[in-house]
Amino acid sequence: MSQATLTPAPATRWSDPKRYLWLLGPAIPVIGGGMLVAYWQTQAAWTLWFAVALVHVILPVLDFLFGEDAANPPDSALQALDNDRYYSWVLYAFVPLQIGVTILGAWMAATMDLPWYHMLGLAISVGIVNGVAINTAHELGHKKDKLDRWLARISLAPTLYGHFYVEHNRGHHKNVATPEDPASSRFGETFWAFWPRTVMGSLRSAWHLEAERLQRFNKGVWSTENENLQSWGMSAVLFGGLLAVLGWAALPFLIIQAIYGFSLLEVVNYLEHYGLLRRKNADGRYERCQPEHSWNSNHTVTNLFLYHLQRHSDHHANPTRRYQTLRHFDDSPQLPSGYAGMITLAYFPPLWFALMNKRVVRHYKGDLSRISFQPGKREALMAKYKSYADEVRAQQG
Amino acid sequence: MKYRCPNCDHVYDEAQGEPHEGFPPGTLWSQIPDDWSCPGCAVRDKVDFELVSDAS
Repeated sequence: MSQATLTPAPATRWSDPKRYLWLLGPAIPVIGGGMLVAYWQTQAAWTLWFAVALVHVILPVLDFLFGEDAANPPDSALQALDNDRYYSWVLYAFVPLQIGVTILGAWMAATMDLPWYHMLGLAISVGIVNGVAINTAHELGHKKDKLDRWLARISLAPTLYGHFYVEHNRGHHKNVATPEDPASSRFGETFWAFWPRTVMGSLRSAWHLEAERLQRFNKGVWSTENENLQSWGMSAVLFGGLLAVLGWAALPFLIIQAIYGFSLLEVVNYLEHYGLLRRKNADGRYERCQPEHSWNSNHTVTNLFLYHLQRHSDHHANPTRRYQTLRHFDDSPQLPSGYAGMITLAYFPPLWFALMNKRVVRHYKGDLSRISFQPGKREALMAKYKSYADEVRAQQG
Repeated sequence: MKYRCPNCDHVYDEAQGEPHEGFPPGTLWSQIPDDWSCPGCAVRDKVDFELVSDAS
């Protein structure tokens, strides 16, 4: 076949307008580390609270100012975009930076003789870096490449959350938006009630998933092939090494940053599927996960910092799709703000309910029976939202 | 015989098995539990997989 005659005239080549903006992902540990160095040099207290302000104040304000971007790359550009290794390196860069920040933070905690409130700020700053890192690990852990998967597990080591690598892919993705999933929150469930349920439930699920897999090899759950044990082993090496060099003085820091870090992941889990429910098919299986089963946001700034995590519907429909190619769907439920603003609200249940509950009712077009309710609150909440649901249904015609 | 996930195109090949999942090479499709989820995406289960015809 003659190439010269059949090749269509080259269309204007599409280039990714966000290509270099994706560097805002690894900028998080750079900013976090920069603030630690600034404190080390100046002892200015604000430097230890900058990361908190960034997540809960600066990013929500930037989301408000820069607004939303629902643009998708053209289909013709997807393959090249997917194959471009540059985007992988943007992810990889996060991991060594994050480990560096963790070591610097532990060293400062152990050697600087900080008052307790500065120690707390230091631990929370590093916890934010390592919590955001769980998002990086999430992106890496969905890939088939060995290097990606190893880096995912290293990235989870500082938060003691290595089991997330097992549970998220094989548990959460299978059971998302069903009562079986500990990591999908329910209508009427506060973040503070969700937190112990998801932390313990995800741990239990990860343990059972590996026990089940190992049983097929005729191996016990305590096998060295248990990926939970392997990942926790990485945490043990990291924590053990730091404690051996720096002494027990680093321990409170390590524990607080780990808890703050994985709690940041869990508050994001809280908002990603709030109140959403997959129906059961006639055969007793849940309907397949659809775009309508995840909350999304097109707020540009948080999307750039979180590798498009907020295009969550496409992620759940196509979990192996790389962040740079995730698409917006018009029929997917949208949050009123980016994840950064929404997690801040999630800490205050009355505000969260005021903003989200009616949105869930509207999403289900006033059909309250489609909502995933917090057990025990079902009747009361159905009564409370009945008149609003009637109103929504009347508007539908 | 090979079977493909209709969601993510992950292929189960009986000749290769799925060693990480505990299915050694030669494990027949009929020996895989029905509730086994696609290890690629976990969006679809064994019963959703489609037979890959030899021609492809």
